[in-house]
Amino acid sequence: MVDWFQKLGHSSLALFERLGRGGLFLMRVFSAIPSLVPRPRLVIIQLYSVGVLSMMLIVISGLNVGMVLGLQGYNTLVDFGAEESLGQVVALSLVRELGPVVAALLFAGRAGSALTAEIGLMKATEQLSGMEMMAVDPMKRVIVPRFIAAVISMPLLAAMFSAMGILGGYFVGVGLLGVDSGAFWSQMQSKVDFSEDIMNGLVKSVVFGFVAAWIAVFEGHDAVPTTEGVSRATTRTVVHTAFAVLGLDFILTALMFGSV
Amino acid sequence: MIQKRTQEIAVGVFVAVGLAALVMLAMKVSNLSAFSDQDGFEVVARFENIGGLKERAPVTVAGVRIGRVKTVVYDDKSYEALVTLSIASKHNQLPEDTSASILTAGLLGEQYIALEPGGAEKMLKTGAEIKLTQSAFILEKMVGQFLFNKAAEGTGESKATEGTVP
Repeated sequence: MVDWFQKLGHSSLALFERLGRGGLFLMRVFSAIPSLVPRPRLVIIQLYSVGVLSMMLIVISGLNVGMVLGLQGYNTLVDFGAEESLGQVVALSLVRELGPVVAALLFAGRAGSALTAEIGLMKATEQLSGMEMMAVDPMKRVIVPRFIAAVISMPLLAAMFSAMGILGGYFVGVGLLGVDSGAFWSQMQSKVDFSEDIMNGLVKSVVFGFVAAWIAVFEGHDAVPTTEGVSRATTRTVVHTAFAVLGLDFILTALMFGSV
Repeated sequence: MIQKRTQEIAVGVFVAVGLAALVMLAMKVSNLSAFSDQDGFEVVARFENIGGLKERAPVTVAGVRIGRVKTVVYDDKSYEALVTLSIASKHNQLPEDTSASILTAGLLGEQYIALEPGGAEKMLKTGAEIKLTQSAFILEKMVGQFLFNKAAEGTGESKATEGTVP
């Protein structure tokens, strides 16, 4: 019994210690952000590997999710004779939920894991210590550009996901199933509100991007500098980001849409 | 150096596509272009029963949407619902004796407010109250009334000749 309490205490202390280290790490990242202003090129390089290379995945997934939503939504709505509302169904579910959430999950798998592995391997091969030896702050040189690039990329990727999804729903609904094109767009426009739906979706994607970027660079920086440690850190990035995104999604949704 | 150039072009394209997606969401998908809440004048109306009227429900004249419901609150003093309507300022040519009724789009659709302009010379101004209002159509009440009429029809022969409209 006492052992059980000890285990519980140990694991909760370890959890809080880790949260605290993550918080302190975030403080250091914030304090290093101004040093990037004279060197925007560092961010551009990372934007390429974090954003541009994730684009294809996001665009194709968005299109597919939209097409599936179109098919499923149509089959449900046609029973009520309300297939003209397909545009509204597709747009609202993408803009409010699926766009930010699925894009964040894909982003964690595609870019977050790569960031963690890269930073973790740099640590394991002592490149970070090497930089410190040369009086180059790895925080400013390696971590902050990656963090900023991820924070910038995520909202853009989520917007692309939603836009492609709506186009996918349009192709299936209007092209394949014969929903009227005008009704598709007008129903969508009459029910999707800019400040209520689009801005809230954007806020969600910004929050998710921030969290995904934070977890990815922190896990990389905090990885045990061995082969196994890096692989575990990479796994943890994906798992923790998924938990954080889905948990935060519920909280944000409750805050944004709970009272309506 | 060519590699640096292609990389920068790729990043530029990425950011541009992302922003274009956002603009598309804002303009094409949402109602931002159609009507915004900011440029509107507000009038209030009191209803005995608003049924299922929600905030942001459309306000129409002749079936054309000119505004939306801003707030719905209960008024303790008159025991009525106080509804604030926000109407686009370019449509400020509504006579003072305009009447407002709560209608339903389709049989089970959402409820909206339909305004019917009257013939007064004066126009409605910000903060004015629409005096002539008609409450929402409550299906249960109508069914109840219909059954009551039917029952009355059954008991008295004379009532039947008057003809209760079902």
